[in-house]
Amino acid sequence: MIEVDRLGRTFKVRGTVVHAVRDLSFAVEAGEFVGYLGPNGAGKSTTIKMLTGILAPTSGRLRVAGLDPSRRRTALARKIGVVFGQRTTLWWDLPLKDSFELVRLLYKVDRAVFRRRLDELCSLLDLGDFLTTPVRQLSLGQRMRGDITAALLHDPPILVLDEPTIGLDLVSKAGVRDFLRRLNAEHGTTILLTTHDLGDIEQLCRRVMLIDHGRLAFDGTVAGLRAIVPGEASIEEAVTHLYLSSRRSPRTPPHRPAPDPPSVTA
Amino acid sequence: MVRTYLLLVWAWTRAAAQYPVSFALMTVGGFVTSGLDIAVIWVIFTNTTSLGGFDLSEVMFLYGTAALSFALADLLFSNVERISQHIRAGTFDVILIRPVSPFVQIATERFVPHRIGKVIQGAAVLVFALARLDVPLERGWMIPVMVASGTVIFTALWALGGAAQFLLTNAPEVANAFTYGGATLTQYPLSVYGGELVRGVTYVLPLAFVNWQPGLYVLDRDDPLGLPYWLRFLSPVAAAAMALVAVLAWRAGVRHYRSTGS
Repeated sequence: MIEVDRLGRTFKVRGTVVHAVRDLSFAVEAGEFVGYLGPNGAGKSTTIKMLTGILAPTSGRLRVAGLDPSRRRTALARKIGVVFGQRTTLWWDLPLKDSFELVRLLYKVDRAVFRRRLDELCSLLDLGDFLTTPVRQLSLGQRMRGDITAALLHDPPILVLDEPTIGLDLVSKAGVRDFLRRLNAEHGTTILLTTHDLGDIEQLCRRVMLIDHGRLAFDGTVAGLRAIVPGEASIEEAVTHLYLSSRRSPRTPPHRPAPDPPSVTA
Repeated sequence: MVRTYLLLVWAWTRAAAQYPVSFALMTVGGFVTSGLDIAVIWVIFTNTTSLGGFDLSEVMFLYGTAALSFALADLLFSNVERISQHIRAGTFDVILIRPVSPFVQIATERFVPHRIGKVIQGAAVLVFALARLDVPLERGWMIPVMVASGTVIFTALWALGGAAQFLLTNAPEVANAFTYGGATLTQYPLSVYGGELVRGVTYVLPLAFVNWQPGLYVLDRDDPLGLPYWLRFLSPVAAAAMALVAVLAWRAGVRHYRSTGS
């Protein structure tokens, strides 16, 4: 589903070249649920933006659903759903249901299919009470559920979420997690999510990738991540260990307890 | 693309109709502003019988064709100037993840049909001028051609201004100097300006092809600056060239979009 090969992105900031992402390689297979971790400024969002075609890479090769995102951006848009925790994809002044109608028009979703999917998502995410409320008046939890709905109305096989649980209370967070787990298990949707909440990772992801200084510092299972530090370590301790050790020596090769995922063509 | 554009326009018009008072006020405001423009020309002609060698009907013809072209481009695409806000706020990200051209999305976003007032006004002035001018059909065919070319030229200016925002990030005024500036410039016969300026807007930034050059043909007038006669037929060529440059610049701009940190 996702193939990343020696991907790099540099930015020129006042004359000096900054490597936001460098030499990044990984693959994600259909049906996987992958957590993407990394400290602030590590290159997580830059990676997400390259995967979704928002930013063009400066080096390397990238395929999402068989397409080169920056060159086939609009074709790719029909195959992926994107949710940004920090900014809404809904229209601020319009009632939620009008935003969904615009999404229907933009993605050219058939009216009957749209009705069925919206009903289904409304009951799963419990949107019924605020469908007629303008987006600006929604609480963060309500808005996030609306954003997730908008990203799934065209039934994409891949869902990419950038910090979907940021700022949510415990109940909202549990609702979002529960929904994502079901979406992946019952619908087979491939999910890639970035987060700072290790609870998301522990409860949802079978696989974790950790990026730091623009490079992959870990790629493996949650159990494999814990095993990095000796003894009965928590996931927090393991992640802290990785963040700090890469800060001391940013050039250490990535920990790879799991064998490289086989190359995919899908 | 045209279908998507129209569907989006319809969706936004329905949304705007939810605020009828603001909708009505904006429409009235649009009429008052362009009414003042025409009043200026009337004031000039109460003091003189010609402007740059053209009488009232001819000036009204040049004004009407320019105003109509500009109003059509304004109605359909001027919203593109909002792109600078999207770039600064990083909300252009959201536009890029959708399967519709960013240009169409921004052009239709919060589409406000009140700008149609300006279109009606431009058309009314043009009709007024034509009623007094008695243009024969063998030269009148140029009128729809020049209005269409002018609309494309103004649209291209907006797209170029939008593309420039990817580099400048926060300077919509730079683009406005060319769009609104161009609209004001073409309202009068170009013979009122200096020869250097007229050559500039003929050979560099082709604003003379909005209404001046084809207008000389329709009015059957000699060029006061003595520029070649065949220039009068080049409006579609100038429009196509502007459109091509604008499309290339816009694409380059989107590809150079850097997003914001988050």
